[in-house]
Amino acid sequence: MSDSEDVLATAANWRAAGETVALATVVETWGSSPRPAGSRLAVSASGKLAGSVSGGCIEGAVADAAKQTMASGTPQLLDFGISDERAWEVGLACGGKLKVFVEKLA
Amino acid sequence: MTPDILAALQAAKEAKRPVALLTRLSDGQQRLWPDAEVPAPLAEAAAAALRDDAAGNVTLDGEAWFIHPHNPPLRLIVVGAVHIAQALVPMAQAVGFAVTVVDPRRAWATAERFPGITLIHEWTDDAVAALAPDSRTAVVTLTHDPKLDDPGLDVALKSDCFYIGALGSRRTHAKRVARLVEAGHGEAALARIHAPVGLNIAAVTAPEIALSILAEVVAARRGAALAQRAAPAAAA
Repeated sequence: MSDSEDVLATAANWRAAGETVALATVVETWGSSPRPAGSRLAVSASGKLAGSVSGGCIEGAVADAAKQTMASGTPQLLDFGISDERAWEVGLACGGKLKVFVEKLA
Repeated sequence: MTPDILAALQAAKEAKRPVALLTRLSDGQQRLWPDAEVPAPLAEAAAAALRDDAAGNVTLDGEAWFIHPHNPPLRLIVVGAVHIAQALVPMAQAVGFAVTVVDPRRAWATAERFPGITLIHEWTDDAVAALAPDSRTAVVTLTHDPKLDDPGLDVALKSDCFYIGALGSRRTHAKRVARLVEAGHGEAALARIHAPVGLNIAAVTAPEIALSILAEVVAARRGAALAQRAAPAAAA
């Protein structure tokens, strides 16, 4: 079992228990990035987190986006990179770049 | 992700069936391959992602798709329900391996010593052959007893498993190589055996040896240079 599937199982359990859940997946990385494409972070409306999409640098920003997607139902493609001011704000200090896809678990 | 896709992904995992999740990034529309019919470029990318166990991105008709492979777990076959195996099995599970322990000696291979683990009590060649090691399988022999280890190694060497490791000193291994040569294995095949098993981290205790073995298995899986060794010489 790969770790991203563990996250999916956890997310499915939350969903089955009646929680609103969003799933964030790393879809592309450039340079030094701690988690490869396919890495997942599950976020619940009550604030539970499982898995990771970085070494912890961008999880907060991704969780915020996940809450928007939970409310709207619309997926988002987030860009984090060294040239991106938001990346500095949220602390992607490794100098890597990555794209994260955020979707609601319907 | 729709409930249908989520359920299908979980069913595939349960059935240990490789599938790729294809996501159109503009709107989140998803397909599961090979269950759903998809355009050829997507199917090719999905097959490649599963083969390489690496996610990828494809542009089709100006739309970006994310190709996310979901392979069944890597497998570890441990021959020898010994003390080191007791340390190795839970570590390997934590790293994500589906573990099977083979040992015809029922006193060793007990549910008490290996809780929740698939134990096979057949003779090692029959047992390993029945498990059909493939390119996503590692085989480690730990019995230190030629009549148990050798038949398991013989079967492993005839498979395309990605790692073969055998416990025992250099001298033990030289004798083992001589026996396996007699059994018809060539130099190239024998060079596949990692022995003495494990990375040289000067391990002493059973958990330390287990750690060194697991580190070497991961290194072999990921193609790290430190997992490559010179071919052993057969004993005269």
